[in-house]
Amino acid sequence: MLTDDMQVVYECPDALTDVITHYCPGCTHGVIHRLIAEVLDEMGIREKTIGVAPVGCSVFIYNYFDCDFAQAAHGRAPAMATGLKRVHPDRVVFTYQGDGDLAAIGTAEIIHAAARGENISVFFVNNAVYGMTGGQMAPTTLPGMKTTSSPTGRDVELAGFPLRVSELLAQMTGAAYVVRRSVHDPGNINKTKKAIRNALNVQLNQAGFSLVEILSSCPTNWGTSALDALKFVKEQMLPFYPLGDYKVADSAKSFIVG
Amino acid sequence: MARGTITIDEKRCKGCELCTSVCPKNLIQMATYFSARGYRPAILVDPHAQCTGCMLCSTICPDVAITVYREMKSRKAQLVAA
Repeated sequence: MLTDDMQVVYECPDALTDVITHYCPGCTHGVIHRLIAEVLDEMGIREKTIGVAPVGCSVFIYNYFDCDFAQAAHGRAPAMATGLKRVHPDRVVFTYQGDGDLAAIGTAEIIHAAARGENISVFFVNNAVYGMTGGQMAPTTLPGMKTTSSPTGRDVELAGFPLRVSELLAQMTGAAYVVRRSVHDPGNINKTKKAIRNALNVQLNQAGFSLVEILSSCPTNWGTSALDALKFVKEQMLPFYPLGDYKVADSAKSFIVG
Repeated sequence: MARGTITIDEKRCKGCELCTSVCPKNLIQMATYFSARGYRPAILVDPHAQCTGCMLCSTICPDVAITVYREMKSRKAQLVAA
């Protein structure tokens, strides 16, 4: 019970508004939003941050964050962030994109933003389906995984193999910090928060392009409970998408913690 | 003596049950009633004041519904009280 001796040790970060999100129960978009908001508050950069909203479930992200936001066309968030950052080099610019947005229609934009070494941060939320449109197969859908457009499981003979975006972008000379994290348990959530902080720190120090891929769940479209969805991330997604630091360039090493 | 506690905002809670899976003392349960938004919210059931304010539940909560409190008595104050 609450007594007079007790003080608040955790409450909703200032960088989030009071708006209740439209996400389904148990969707880890909420966790990732909160981590970014906490980092913006802790680094004291909320007033000079511009986010770029994607198309997908997280399209309404600008309603939930108390900082500036722009809305990009589907997949074009890195292109818009490039423009924002070049016009306002003193601002912190990040994009928040899902896998349908970044790894399908936005493949060209993300690859060239990384190749140019644009000084932006990308938070890439990978839940292996197109969430907003009804759970269709995405480029990141696991082999054999059932979705509404692959009801018998992804057939790699027909649909090919999933994209591993972090591994792909780690080959780019312009990329400074490319890592993959997950939010399936509190320990990994804390590691994800550190990676988000590192990515923004790399940008603040003009070290180059940074991307944090975050494995996320989609209980509604996977047809599971929220708890089973996190189990699916741990047991099915982690073996295919191993966590780790895929690239930490020499220019970024001194700005990385942990 | 309680060392910590939490409050859960029933307006924000969507009843996803993730917090119930991480509490090391199993103090969080789902309510039997419905909230105004139609979900069964998570509730703290802590009759023996076992909550330590470890923040695992607030770390995994996707809807930022949980506020965590912790007793902040200094070591000296604890010794004086004892």
